[in-house]
Amino acid sequence: MIEFHLDSGSGVSPYMQIVRQVKHALRLDLLHEGDQLPTVKDVVAQLAINPNTVLKAYRELEREGLVEPRPGVGTFVTRTLAGDSLAAHGPLRKDLERWLVKARMAGMDDESIEALFMTTFRSARQEDIA
Amino acid sequence: MTAALEARGLGKKYGKRWALSDCTLDLPAGRVIGLVGPNGAGKTTLLNLAVGQLAPSAGSIRVLGGRPADGPGQLARVGFVAQDTPTYAGLSVADHLRLGARLNPGWDDAIARERLERLGLDPARRAGKLSGGQRAQLALTLGIAKRPELLILDEPVAALDPLARREFLQHLMEAAVEHSLSVVLSSHLVSDLERTCDYLVVLVDSRVRVAGDVDDLLATHHRLTGPRRDPATLPGDQQVVSESHTDRQSTLIVRSEGAIHDPAWTVGQVGLEDLVLAYMSDTPTRSTLEAVR
Repeated sequence: MIEFHLDSGSGVSPYMQIVRQVKHALRLDLLHEGDQLPTVKDVVAQLAINPNTVLKAYRELEREGLVEPRPGVGTFVTRTLAGDSLAAHGPLRKDLERWLVKARMAGMDDESIEALFMTTFRSARQEDIA
Repeated sequence: MTAALEARGLGKKYGKRWALSDCTLDLPAGRVIGLVGPNGAGKTTLLNLAVGQLAPSAGSIRVLGGRPADGPGQLARVGFVAQDTPTYAGLSVADHLRLGARLNPGWDDAIARERLERLGLDPARRAGKLSGGQRAQLALTLGIAKRPELLILDEPVAALDPLARREFLQHLMEAAVEHSLSVVLSSHLVSDLERTCDYLVVLVDSRVRVAGDVDDLLATHHRLTGPRRDPATLPGDQQVVSESHTDRQSTLIVRSEGAIHDPAWTVGQVGLEDLVLAYMSDTPTRSTLEAVR
């Protein structure tokens, strides 16, 4: 079972924060197929938030095929996001670390590295879309 | 589904002063509805009209399809926790439950006892000896154990410290899920309502300024910044909620169903707190008021 937390200063709507936290847990293999998500009652009792916020988040996850409600029981994980890519995390991380060393040697500071990564990431994604 | 509350041209006059005027609202059932506005805006008057403790001076109000306080049936369907969550200081916690059981035909004693246990409230203790947070929880317990369809709370957390406030709202939200309650609660602080409410009514100076689904309100309000411009030149579907200008720059909060395409503007999101403040701070002209409603 996982527990949600909300960051009120993030500018991300509470329902989207819940969606992201579930996906994050699925990616990191913290949630497996068949696991139950906290019940709506538990989430609102813990976070003091509107019940419809939780329902909306769970509906969104259901729409994406990640969870499934079982009436009268709860909401259960139907698919994990870690899957095959999890094995590739290690080597990819090594590549990134080597790249970071190169960037440092070229004299880049944290902010320039982040900016370069994000602009490259965005333009690559736009090419994918186009 | 029957509306939780329907008001048509509702008004209440004390002497010559209108505490609430020309109030037209359709509040959906099954929601947690926040009523926000400065002190003296008419929140308590509206809620007292809804529970039938006041009679309208003008217009009409229906709650869950019935007239407020119209017989025992209607009284049983609506729970009310009045301002400052009042309890009887001289009576014990157990006395309050006995009173609740006597006065409410649908009283659920098991729920009341289970809640007291969870809260760690000693049944023998006098209400006058409880902390503010405990008194508020006792009042909430009475409101929930009555098993209403709609629970109305007037500024329930205004007097509580942040921890007690959080605990109160946790219990309220849990009860809303568990008993499929519709909830209307008022506050003069948006931060209390931001997470808990999915529908918002902003009341200022005895009038409803804006009312709607919170997600819809957030999606249709935008902050525009750009070179100084007369708001009168904006497209007709963009209603100006608030405006401020320097000699070169204009900053507007507008309500618009469609996207803003004018490249002169930098368009930003408006948080709930800023949205409410925009409606509170600006005194719109009569025509804007009509359009907003």
